[in-house]
Amino acid sequence: MPASLQGLLETPACGFDVERLRADFPILCREVHGKPLVYLDNAASAQKPQVVLDALAKAYAETYANIHRGAHFLSSASTLAFERARESARRFINARKAEEIVFTKGGTEAFNLVASSFGEMLCEGDEIILTEMEHHSNIVPWHFLRERKGVVLKWAPLNAEDSLDLPAYKKLLTAKTKLVAVTQMSNVLGTITPIAEIVRLAHSAGARVLIDGCQGAVHIPVDVQALDCDFYVATGHKLYGPSGIGFLYGKYEHLKQMRPYQGGGEMIEAVTKDKVSYAQPPHKFEAGTPPIAEAIGLGAALDYLSALDRKAIATHESELLAHATEELANLDRVQIFGRSPEKGALITFTTEGVHPHDVSTLLDRAGIAVRAGNHCAQPLMERLGVTASTRASFAFYNTHAEVEALVSGVRDVLEFFR
Amino acid sequence: MIDPSLRDLYQEVILDHGRNPRNFHALDDASHEAHGHNPLCGDRVHLYLKIGPQGRVEDAAFEGKGCAISIASASLMTILLRGKDVPSAKHLAEAFCQLAKGAAIEAPLLPEDREQIEVMAGVSQFPMRVKCATLAWHTFEAALEGNMIPDAGPVDGGQ
Repeated sequence: MPASLQGLLETPACGFDVERLRADFPILCREVHGKPLVYLDNAASAQKPQVVLDALAKAYAETYANIHRGAHFLSSASTLAFERARESARRFINARKAEEIVFTKGGTEAFNLVASSFGEMLCEGDEIILTEMEHHSNIVPWHFLRERKGVVLKWAPLNAEDSLDLPAYKKLLTAKTKLVAVTQMSNVLGTITPIAEIVRLAHSAGARVLIDGCQGAVHIPVDVQALDCDFYVATGHKLYGPSGIGFLYGKYEHLKQMRPYQGGGEMIEAVTKDKVSYAQPPHKFEAGTPPIAEAIGLGAALDYLSALDRKAIATHESELLAHATEELANLDRVQIFGRSPEKGALITFTTEGVHPHDVSTLLDRAGIAVRAGNHCAQPLMERLGVTASTRASFAFYNTHAEVEALVSGVRDVLEFFR
Repeated sequence: MIDPSLRDLYQEVILDHGRNPRNFHALDDASHEAHGHNPLCGDRVHLYLKIGPQGRVEDAAFEGKGCAISIASASLMTILLRGKDVPSAKHLAEAFCQLAKGAAIEAPLLPEDREQIEVMAGVSQFPMRVKCATLAWHTFEAALEGNMIPDAGPVDGGQ
């Protein structure tokens, strides 16, 4: 191990006890193929603490009924728990009011909602700026809109160090720019974008800004009021919460102006045979029975995460990243992607002569879970000139011993395919 | 330490074909072609067949990019297809897909062909990798049907 890393292994971040936190996550003590699980696929989906499992069980065992319908005891208890979760989400990103939080089934639905309902107000020739490092979920809905409305998609490039090229982005902004849809943290490169600056520039050009916080919200404390962004998207399952739930933050004035996304129960005010009027936000955008228990579980996850020392977590995660980067970079035949100085805790790499899928299968048999593939970011992969890569992504519950296991696993893979 | 179960999947023959694929080139006089793509991992196979007037596979070659399993499978396939008439070649493809999925082989098969494809049998113990092994064979079926792009199965959904 490099001497520079010795120190950080011996002295954990102040007040940060990774073993105590690991004990909160039941799955982390299981074995896979007879080896202790080393879970490094957190950017795809994170594991769940016991408080979330308890909240899910409690939602079904103690308070379950449909929400916002009926005046009976359970319906009222369920509604209260559901709306408390909305308040947890509000607090988590410091929205002005809970009505600015729309529950969705995940990040993907949130993007589709904005593309559909905000997009409805756009006209042919209007421009939307994306970046080259967006996830497909923040690309494909805009292609739908391009096909439907004739809007123009423009792509902000990356610079030589894999950060967003701000001057180039600035040049793309015109009077026709209606929306900038940008990730807070790339799921492939780990690049963290200067969203405050992106918002400021967009607003001075008269454009709205949607931020994809699916990765970013996990690692960076978010204050949507300070950022002044118009929309912010987060997904529950990466935030240590259940799958099937996420949320869209939208400034109330925008949500009020936008058409509903889907029609059904819950989202209406009155329906007659001739006309329909809609409920107020956020209910206007929540047609049908939502994932009730999942929303309550998400609330528990956000409360759990908020109660942790997020500064200490960030320090621990960046130490894991530095450790993995230093050791993997030392291996011949390993190429690391993503050199941004502002980088979240994930590392994407290729191995000369070994396909990522083979890497992933071999590591799996050593108990190590990583992601292999195109990471749902084909435009970026094209820019990087690779069809697939391997990604190890860290959570605060990962340890330096797990980083060592990864590095030694990759070394074995290279040896096997020599 | 490499887990011993991996030797069942990555037999020496497979590693060899993965590293040095045979018949790895375009075919100028191909009568049939198809492009196979597995969006899950980005594997791509472009298959060229030359099927003679008698309905026999006179030549088979491929180009592509992918993992050791998909490249080795395509390489082995081009060797096995050569000289076969189309009905037996179809049976072989059917048998291969049954083998890769761990199902009983029901298609009629020559003993020597069975021996050749059985080096890939280990993949049935790795459910996430079955599609890698069958990609070339589905591409072959698509080439016979004249479909340029076969159905490669579910697309990559995760993050």
